[in-house]
Amino acid sequence: MSALNNSQSTKAAKTSAKSAKSIAILAVVLIAFSAVAVIQGATKIKLGLDLRGGTSVTLTPRASEGSKVTTEAIDQAVAIIRQRVNSLGVAESEVAAQGSGTNRQIVISVPGQTGEKIVQLVGQTAELRFRQVLVEGAPNATSASSDTKTATLPTGVTPELNAKYVALDCTKLENRKGGSTESPDVAVVSCDRAGTTKYILAPAKVVGSNVSKASAAIDQQGAAGWYVLLAFNGEGTSKFGALTTAVTGLAAPQNQVAIVLDGLVVSAPRINEAINGGSAQITGNFSQEEASNLANVLKYGALPLAFDQGEVLQVSPTLGADQLHAGLLAGLLGFLLVFLYSFMYYKGLGIVTVASLLIAAAIAYLSFLLLGEWIGFTLTLAGIAGAIVAVGITADSFVVFFERLRDEVREGRSLRSAVETGWVKARHTIIVADTVSMIAAVLLYFFAVGGVRGFAFTLGLTTLIDLLVVFVFTHPLVALLARISFFANGHKYSGFSAKSLGVVIKTDGLERLKG
Amino acid sequence: MSSLSGIGGRLYRGETSIDFIGKRRRWYAFSGILIIVSAIVLGTQGLHLGIEFKGGSEFSITKAGSTVEEGRAAIAAAGVTGESVVQKIGNDRLRIQTGALASFETVKASLAKTFGVNVDDIDTQIIGPSWGKEITKKALYGLIGFILVVMLFLTVAFESKMALAAIVATIHDVFITVGIYALVGFDVTPATVIGFLTILGYSLYDTVVVFDKVRENTKSITSTGKITYSAAANLAVNQTLVRSFNTSLIALLPVASILFVGAGLLGAGTLKDLSLALFVGLATGTYSSIFIATPILAQLREREPAMRALSKRVAQHAPGAVTLEAKSSMNVTGADAGSSTKNAWARGPRNQPKRKRR
Repeated sequence: MSALNNSQSTKAAKTSAKSAKSIAILAVVLIAFSAVAVIQGATKIKLGLDLRGGTSVTLTPRASEGSKVTTEAIDQAVAIIRQRVNSLGVAESEVAAQGSGTNRQIVISVPGQTGEKIVQLVGQTAELRFRQVLVEGAPNATSASSDTKTATLPTGVTPELNAKYVALDCTKLENRKGGSTESPDVAVVSCDRAGTTKYILAPAKVVGSNVSKASAAIDQQGAAGWYVLLAFNGEGTSKFGALTTAVTGLAAPQNQVAIVLDGLVVSAPRINEAINGGSAQITGNFSQEEASNLANVLKYGALPLAFDQGEVLQVSPTLGADQLHAGLLAGLLGFLLVFLYSFMYYKGLGIVTVASLLIAAAIAYLSFLLLGEWIGFTLTLAGIAGAIVAVGITADSFVVFFERLRDEVREGRSLRSAVETGWVKARHTIIVADTVSMIAAVLLYFFAVGGVRGFAFTLGLTTLIDLLVVFVFTHPLVALLARISFFANGHKYSGFSAKSLGVVIKTDGLERLKG
Repeated sequence: MSSLSGIGGRLYRGETSIDFIGKRRRWYAFSGILIIVSAIVLGTQGLHLGIEFKGGSEFSITKAGSTVEEGRAAIAAAGVTGESVVQKIGNDRLRIQTGALASFETVKASLAKTFGVNVDDIDTQIIGPSWGKEITKKALYGLIGFILVVMLFLTVAFESKMALAAIVATIHDVFITVGIYALVGFDVTPATVIGFLTILGYSLYDTVVVFDKVRENTKSITSTGKITYSAAANLAVNQTLVRSFNTSLIALLPVASILFVGAGLLGAGTLKDLSLALFVGLATGTYSSIFIATPILAQLREREPAMRALSKRVAQHAPGAVTLEAKSSMNVTGADAGSSTKNAWARGPRNQPKRKRR
């Protein structure tokens, strides 16, 4: 018996030395990482757009006849959109594809008040085509039928195409959505952007890739206002020359060349003479902003895919500040409630919960700082929510441990040995339970888009932090506390008192059974 | 509080025991009714989907003294036809939801003019028509992926029957939570869906805690032959009852504070949607890990020949063990496991799995 006690006490001495070491190492690592954060200048957590104001646009690739959604096409689109966004010169703009494989969305986030400009800029496919006009008419579905039905169809207009043209109603918004990437090699029907005219257009002779430069310019005389000046490359120059030569002198409307952007006619000027100089102008009552946007998208080339606007989110700095404020308040309140409950239920042991949660919060804060610096992590409102929810889940690990501990004490063990046996059992439960949380977080991360991803990320991160804290801080701390007589002797407020555990009736049960 | 601790001690030793497993038909019936009601409500009323799923636009203006009438007038002036909702949130925020718009810029310009605010200060959310389908698809993939991966993991970490029981309980939670949403008519937004999926993880956390104890209690029951699987599992649920209560309550506290602040300060939005889903789900999750998951597990295991043999042995061995008069005990009557479990409700330290004593 005494030998047993001896071995126990040396074992206990070892554990407490180990415990102190573990906590000391944690402290050193924390200080080291804090130093790294300060040295790297990461003193502020990067906030998401929903917390500081800004615009985010989510684009979903649209499969069409002309183009299949491929991984390469999406990567290429991201690169082109990034160039367009960068041309705005807003710091910390971000363009990224989220999701996996071809099932990805492109998320564009631009901080500050850029408003609609960004929405127009990124969504356009910018598929530029120069097509000869074959037929031109009023936009409604029925009115055009009379004059084209009786007349013989112009060359290049098939009856099917004519039927399509007759049916087309350009006054309807859904027919002017644009963005279709139709093949340049076939004749098409099309609306103009304002919905005032509809056209049958010949196959495209000159396309966007023939353009080498684009810039916005203003007509000093003021007649045309802002326009976009295009310069063609060698191939473009000769093709455009040939196109303009061919239509000059034809009867109206076939002497017009339509400039088609993303399936909609921007303008269809009459060509009075062949243009062989290798440049062209796109006019269309543009404002300065519209003209420079258009020049920008043409300069960086067309997107390989058409995109649907999935979601546009614009948050003003006022709302952002409100949301940040609310998030922090909810976090504080959550912490306080958990502290309060811990103290009420676990009494002195509540100290461990509070200390562990504070350590976990410090690690989380440090992680947010450093990850912001290293991988551009930004904290969103959903992310804050994830972190707050994690407070509960982290505290749950402590509860699992404490209850195990109390069970062991109920079994009649001393607190010191209960810490070890209870820990071994609780450890398994905690690891399994946290793994399930982790699985949930990882899957959420891959299947969520936009803001809610932040939730999954912080939830996953804090689950890892939870594991770390329980192993290197909570367990060692309890092991150390178990040596203090306040806890070891089961003081009334220690959380291990016989009364609170209900251990008094040990023999009572047996008596009753026998009786 | 300390009285709860005292109960914990009695539950641990099996002096106070609630018959979760024997009365399983009662819980199954209760859950069955809830699920049927959920299905009916879902079929008739459906879910109240947010604009993220339907497509449309939402604008919100922060301006003291703004009224719903002004909002309506402003969107009417911008030529918005069709369904629109104008809501006052808190004291000075006005939220306007419309269907798909020809030009949201026109609407914003009109709102800015009406309320005398800067166009860029109007918070805007525009949702394309195909967006809802996209996120619904993703959420479904996430759900299916989650269930498969977790099932696999629990099979490895515990055993296949525990995995099955845990997943049944999880699906049960999803059904009931969705039912509550349909019944009350809470808005379903992507944040809600994320909340749902998080609960799945959390609900399993709870179940894992109970199952871990079940596993410990049932490790050597076939060799000792004193207690049936059901009884050992029931003891485990009772022993972890306080733990389940505490973990659920502690998890609920931060969620409640998000809900409180989110709904109170911000009105509708990510915080409210997320925490509401978590709140509802946490409650059903705790219920199901105690009342559904463990009884299903016990039922599955009792079908095994080894466990049947054990039940018989226990029944012959300890006829005296049934005569227990612990106050809150409820005896099994007419449970379908029949006589085998009937006599197995042995309580007290004598019938606990053997432990090493010092």
